[in-house]
Amino acid sequence: MAAEQFTMVKALNEALRRSLDENPKTLVMGEDVGRLGGVFRVTDGLHKDFGESRVIDTPLAESGIVGTAIGLALRGYRPVVEIQFDGFVYPAFDQIVTQLAKMHARALGQIKLPVTIRIPFAGGIGAVEHHSESHEAYFAHTAGLKVVAPSNPADAYWMLRQSIASDDPVVFLEPKRRYWDKAALDPSGTPDLGLHQARIARPGRDLTLIAYGPMVKLCLEAAAAAAEDGQQLEVVDLRSLSPVDFDTLAESVKRTGRAVVVHEAPVFLGMGAELAARITERCFYSLEAPVLRVGGYFAPYPPSRVEDAFLPDLDRVLDAVDRALAF
Amino acid sequence: MNVTVKRKTGAPKAAPGDHGTPAESGPPDLVQLLTPEGERREHPDFSVETTPEELRSIYRDLVLVRRFDAEATSLQRQGELGLWASLLGQEAAQVGSGRAMRPSDYAFPTYREHGVAWCKGVDPLNLLGMFRGVNHGGWDPNEKNFHLYTIVIGSQTLHATGYAMGITKDGSDDAVIAYFGDGASSQGDVSEAFTFASVYNAPVVFFCQNNQWAISEPTEKQTRVPLYQRASGFGFPGVRVDGNDVLAVLAVTRWALERARSGQGPTLVEAFTYRMGAHTTSDDPTRYRIADELESWRLKDPIERVKAYLLREGWADSEFLESVEAESEQLARRVREGVRSMPDPDPSSIFEHVYAEGHALVDEEREGYLAYAASFTDAGTDKGENA
Ligand SMILES: Cc1ncc(C[n+]2csc(CCOP(=O)(O)OP(=O)(O)O)c2C)c(N)n1
Repeated sequence: MAAEQFTMVKALNEALRRSLDENPKTLVMGEDVGRLGGVFRVTDGLHKDFGESRVIDTPLAESGIVGTAIGLALRGYRPVVEIQFDGFVYPAFDQIVTQLAKMHARALGQIKLPVTIRIPFAGGIGAVEHHSESHEAYFAHTAGLKVVAPSNPADAYWMLRQSIASDDPVVFLEPKRRYWDKAALDPSGTPDLGLHQARIARPGRDLTLIAYGPMVKLCLEAAAAAAEDGQQLEVVDLRSLSPVDFDTLAESVKRTGRAVVVHEAPVFLGMGAELAARITERCFYSLEAPVLRVGGYFAPYPPSRVEDAFLPDLDRVLDAVDRALAF
Repeated sequence: MNVTVKRKTGAPKAAPGDHGTPAESGPPDLVQLLTPEGERREHPDFSVETTPEELRSIYRDLVLVRRFDAEATSLQRQGELGLWASLLGQEAAQVGSGRAMRPSDYAFPTYREHGVAWCKGVDPLNLLGMFRGVNHGGWDPNEKNFHLYTIVIGSQTLHATGYAMGITKDGSDDAVIAYFGDGASSQGDVSEAFTFASVYNAPVVFFCQNNQWAISEPTEKQTRVPLYQRASGFGFPGVRVDGNDVLAVLAVTRWALERARSGQGPTLVEAFTYRMGAHTTSDDPTRYRIADELESWRLKDPIERVKAYLLREGWADSEFLESVEAESEQLARRVREGVRSMPDPDPSSIFEHVYAEGHALVDEEREGYLAYAASFTDAGTDKGENA
């Protein structure tokens, strides 16, 4: 099939459809994923085509959803769970970190937990409380989980296919404000990258902008704007938050000598903290400036009318770039 | 209000053979005092007496609350609100239970209890701030004993239970109502709330508005046992009431609150009702439910039956009905104007109230933000243009 234009929602839908089609053990489960097709319509039409024993409308109970997915996985199934919104994963947090993440190790590798947990995450869509949170650090901090976040439709498709195929539990974070972005995708092709490889989204020589999920597009815009001032910024799309492809990062930073990490989550103890520390360890003698971070403030995610002030925008990214370049 | 409630027997009996009945098969043990046609009914266990004046005032509440809700729905369509969760169809469940409370009783709502807020005396404009996106709450919960809206499903039932445990420790005879939906009954928090309330004999009424749907999922996706029967496994009574019958809701909730006050512990009230509108303004119910269902519930409208009763008894005339109508239009205007003139918060408000006692990192980030924001003003350009 030739490359067609896909929104991220449609790409995710296609990935689920093909995974369900190819493996009878694959299941989709969550609140409203059936007849409604999910609140974002990511599961649209799957219930109709695969039936309710494969596409399961669950009771409204996140701990129950993840807990039973664990049981199904123990029984040989590959559940793909949908959490409706980021802020509603916490009732399931216990099952995810105390059970899902640890069972493989506790069984000395004898059992596998191929559970994918899809979570629409982060902000920028003007939603009410608990619908805009970035909780990646909680999950990335837990050994036993893999955590990924695509930034565009093609990655969304391939990374979801790879996550479902993975024998490890994967927390799959979907940047909801990029759900309606379109790009070319050939679903019958092959992926360019492994699930946990980072991608140079734009090459440059002066500074490395590091982002994932919703902030990649912003960083590409920042790089385009900076190019008008003659600054050549490299943009690295991390794609995987656990494990992190530090090799690609280090190579980039060794070339540019400068790095700015951008994410929506509060800066304090966020992904950027780990990235900055590692880059410093690995690239200390190549660095011309400290690794800077741009992110949310140490405050609860604010009401939508002020979320623009909370979220990194072009100005804040370019401001950090200028500060790094000024060293 | 002088409503007398009589509870004639002990805990309500479950109808034989009820166990295992799918929730969808209809309400076997429904307390009803006013039929959809507006006729009064007797019930062996519950009764309520109202004066004509009281009934008119109940009618007024129902109409005003519905008008407020309709206005909020249009304000959302006009882009003034980001989202709205409509209570259409659930007015009787909310006004009946809301009016059963004393001012010192505490209500813990979910996000759709606009009618309860009304009965507790919360200014409806306060409810709109979070839906507009200017705040996450917008009222002082202790002012009217009406807690903040809770979006994470089921959480508030534990808060309500803890609050009720505190009431017991204080030796007070106040009571608490925890509101939640049929979907919420699946959450672990709700089961844990039942356990705590039962074990500590907490003065809390669990008020489940079973509006038949949790977004797209019908009640039978949450339970195979009528919800009110859940209570028996936890050791307290459950009653199913016609949630579209304001008098029955009033009588049953009054009784449950009296039980709580007099040290008899929690009760589960299942108000059997229907969500006539979409789940929220971002939902599309035509994808999952059939029009016939809506039509059959339309015949059970909670306001029409009170109106029919008032007219049948000669307790209201067209002049009264028109005056309520006029008052509801006034309310709508006040709400419309109030919402449109609601200012956006200052961006630096992000840093307010993060901690009660302050925090060095928040202070540092606030200073950083203010300096950053000021750098645009100094440059004489607006933030957007500077990009
Ligand atoms: C923990 C949690 N999971 C998911 C959601 C998303 N959500 C919001 S309302 C809703 C359905 C609630 O149904 P019900 O409890 O019956 O209440 P109703 O809206 O019908 O009054 C869902 C799934 C949420 N708010 N919180």
